[in-house]
Amino acid sequence: MPRLLIAASIIAALSAPALAAATDPPDPLASVMWDALRPELFGSAPITFDDRVIVTAPANAEDATAVPVLADASALGRVEEMVLISDLNPFPVVLRYHPVAAKPVVGTRIRVQQATPVRAAARTPDGVWHIGGRVVDAAGGGCTAPPVTYAAKDWADHVGEVQARAWPPSGDDKTARVRFRVRHPMDNGLIAGIPAYFIEKLSLRDSDGAELARIDVLEPVSENPVFTLDVTPGAASRALKLVGRDTQGGEIEAAIPLPWTQGSLP
Amino acid sequence: MTIGATRALLSFLLILIAAPGWAAGSLTYGLKPVQIAPDTYVFEGTREHFTRANGGNILNPGFIVTDAGVIVIQSGPSRRFGEEMRAAIRTVTDKPIRKVFIGNLHPDYWLGNQAFADVPIAALPGTIEGIKAEGKGMTENMYRLVGDWMRGTEPVVPTEAVYGSTVVYGSHRLRLIPLEGHTAADLAVYDETTRVLFAGGVVFSDRTPTTPHADVAKWLKELDELEALDVAVLVPNHGRVRADKAAIAQTRDWLIWLDRTLRERAEAGADMADALNLPIPDRFQSLGVLREEYQRSVAHLWPRIEQAALPRVN
Repeated sequence: MPRLLIAASIIAALSAPALAAATDPPDPLASVMWDALRPELFGSAPITFDDRVIVTAPANAEDATAVPVLADASALGRVEEMVLISDLNPFPVVLRYHPVAAKPVVGTRIRVQQATPVRAAARTPDGVWHIGGRVVDAAGGGCTAPPVTYAAKDWADHVGEVQARAWPPSGDDKTARVRFRVRHPMDNGLIAGIPAYFIEKLSLRDSDGAELARIDVLEPVSENPVFTLDVTPGAASRALKLVGRDTQGGEIEAAIPLPWTQGSLP
Repeated sequence: MTIGATRALLSFLLILIAAPGWAAGSLTYGLKPVQIAPDTYVFEGTREHFTRANGGNILNPGFIVTDAGVIVIQSGPSRRFGEEMRAAIRTVTDKPIRKVFIGNLHPDYWLGNQAFADVPIAALPGTIEGIKAEGKGMTENMYRLVGDWMRGTEPVVPTEAVYGSTVVYGSHRLRLIPLEGHTAADLAVYDETTRVLFAGGVVFSDRTPTTPHADVAKWLKELDELEALDVAVLVPNHGRVRADKAAIAQTRDWLIWLDRTLRERAEAGADMADALNLPIPDRFQSLGVLREEYQRSVAHLWPRIEQAALPRVN
């Protein structure tokens, strides 16, 4: 390969992210990490900052180990994947949500290490990432606070216990709200002497086994995590199934009853 | 360079070095004691949250001048506050400080303790334990919230445990009332002589109640206990001093609404973030720091309420 061509390829490779960044709209949250996160998370895919992606979170994190975040991208219509991001955390990606037969809505609680933008990015079928978010102020330290789980001697007996409930379908789209809490220390590996040990996969399935929604869970999700989803069960369903596993192979399995008859709904 | 010029330059440099000190010196709470009953004074704070503008001056500490010395109730949010309070007490009386009472473990009640290190500082045993466990973290957070006002402030744990009792200082009979609900140990001080009630954090007056250590059901019971007292003047730790017990009813109204609303929303399937922006009824709109304090309460109270709404399924 002629030297000139090599040089040209190198220059092209180096300038590609710069070109993508140059055409990007400016980050409305003015995050110092955005220029680094943008190529890492979205590669060369197009992005747009979009007010239709609504992130509800407090202006101030009263408890840095459990900051409520609810991301709602339903105004976009069909969404294939959502990513929750806390820019200034040691691990910025909170979770990836796949709303297979569900509204693009996901709620949970997260740990924050310092004041940070908290964002949701939603990918529509045309491949564009729509991004919304807000800044959450915090005293911080949530990522390096030891879990309170270990205060109880019998904590290991309770890992994987699930509390959950489904509500009858409502709204124009007739989705059923499902909320569940899983007992788990969710160690993120940042505390000396405590290796990473957290739930990494959760899948909500219909009674026939068809997947309704899937969450790839990552380090910032709080201890004993709680999730809120809006799913569309089949007409004959009487119960949903929650299956998951943690980073040490521990399995999570629970049945969530649907206390109504799908077919009889108007 | 002449000696004169060198001196001038040195003076200029000294001014540059000293300037930040002067700037800090201009921070002052401007505390003025307001007489609310015979021998009894209060420093009225703002009805805000801790800010860099108010320096943490959001409380109503007070003092009673007795023949046996001055009784101080709460020492304030910072060393500077405690020192200014002590100087302001001096403008009213030259009697010595006899004792300081601390109402609970929250930082604005006791971070002025350094200014009273030469006298007994009394609190309920639960308050002392709480300050030992959480005092350092609360102090650090106060530095973050109000900044330079905190300069030189260090946590000083109260030195004397008190219990439910009646103590006499000169002509004043003070009833020390141990309560539980706003925090695990709330001390109310009722002066039987003047019928002034220093309610501490149990009662809020036109200021949204704070709940970081609250048990709402127990808090409602302690309000009943204070309601039964014959009160001429009620000093809440936050908000307006009043000559009636309306603030007790207002605090009760808020707590009942807050607890019931969060339970109803959890039962209806709301996410915790949904609860942050719920509408708040008109009758509470006059309360200070309403939305901010409500959102803090969601953080404090929601997780336990939510657990009760989610049955075990495996």
